[in-house]
Amino acid sequence: MNCQEIEALKHAYADRELDLVRTTEIERHLSDCRACSQAYENIRALSSALKSSDLYFKAPAHLKTRIRASLPDEARSSPTQPFGWRQWLNWGIPIAGTALIAFLIATSVIGPSAEERLTQEVTANHVRSLMATHLTDVTSSDQHTVKPWFDGKIDFAPPVKDLATQGFPLVGGRLDYLQGRPVSALVYQRHKHFVNLFIWPATRSSSTTERAAVCQGYNLIHWNESGMNFWAVSDLNPAELREFAEQIK
Amino acid sequence: MEEQNKQARFEETIMPHLDAAYNLARWLTRNEHDAEDVAQDAVLRAFKFFDGFRGGNSRAWLLSIVRNTTYTWLQKNRKHEITTVFSEEKHDVEDLASNPEVLLLKTADHQEIMRAVEQLPVEFREVIILRELEGMSYKEIAEMSDVPLGTVMSRLARARKQLQRSLGQRLQPGVSE
Repeated sequence: MNCQEIEALKHAYADRELDLVRTTEIERHLSDCRACSQAYENIRALSSALKSSDLYFKAPAHLKTRIRASLPDEARSSPTQPFGWRQWLNWGIPIAGTALIAFLIATSVIGPSAEERLTQEVTANHVRSLMATHLTDVTSSDQHTVKPWFDGKIDFAPPVKDLATQGFPLVGGRLDYLQGRPVSALVYQRHKHFVNLFIWPATRSSSTTERAAVCQGYNLIHWNESGMNFWAVSDLNPAELREFAEQIK
Repeated sequence: MEEQNKQARFEETIMPHLDAAYNLARWLTRNEHDAEDVAQDAVLRAFKFFDGFRGGNSRAWLLSIVRNTTYTWLQKNRKHEITTVFSEEKHDVEDLASNPEVLLLKTADHQEIMRAVEQLPVEFREVIILRELEGMSYKEIAEMSDVPLGTVMSRLARARKQLQRSLGQRLQPGVSE
């Protein structure tokens, strides 16, 4: 990458919006180029000045009260809408409800099991994380950077291990979404393969033994330990993915 | 009963983002009274349209309504503010890569930063607030502002350049202040 390309990407880089490949290329350039690394530092300095300058205006208490007080009135005083959402509501809810029941019956009889569905969901998230420019929200090989990053974003503290010495360096972490809830995703790397490890609190405390699955050519291993669900997914071969899972445990 | 249910869900999913709604309205209108009116109007609209909310990012959903409400309000009350068409060539500021703003910014105080942000054209101000204060991703900003991702990136780049320039100038030793 040359300085011109960095110029175009430096903001996206500073905002951690780039994929891993470009992030690495930029890091390499910045370590050699004083002008670009100064420009990058300037962006960081501006961002932190903005964040630390107490620029956030909180809604005054009286506004909150005023808005809350006006809500029920608003609901009553607007019986008709130009595009008839209320009519839609009157018919839509029963229809949607019937459709939902039909759907639930259909899926419970012929649909995939909960585990199969989750397998597909995990695989889809893995594929998406590699496709979009969004493998990680926090890019760091330091577990003490990645773990605190999740603070305040999710209501649990995922265990974060760095497995660099075991051949699975930590790349970073990301917020993701599974089974209708936010989950933590840790990204590890082995050679050119990425492993997504999804972690979230288990709803049932029953600990399950490790299970493996294959979905769309990806290997998955999942288990449940100390009240957490762990799902590892990768294009690594099953033996290496098992090795990874053993290291995480 | 349906109505009560809706209200409870609204309270749970949307009302926690009232600060974000007010903050955005406050920065876009640059006036606390106008911001209160706009924020209230936006939240009431959100309530009306709440049946159309299909889950997902409730803060971005509310903020896109706040944004639209504010622009409608600006259109009516302060039209000149949203007609700033910035030409990339004419208004782009020189690259500041070699200037040592890092040191300068450390000494910029709250008032100066505040003024610098307020002086930005409204589209630039908006993207700075959403990115730097709300921590939204480019994609979220693009979706809620209904502009392409590339536009978000270029607005953000130009907004930051302009901030660096105004803060840098103001704080350079020897320059009148």
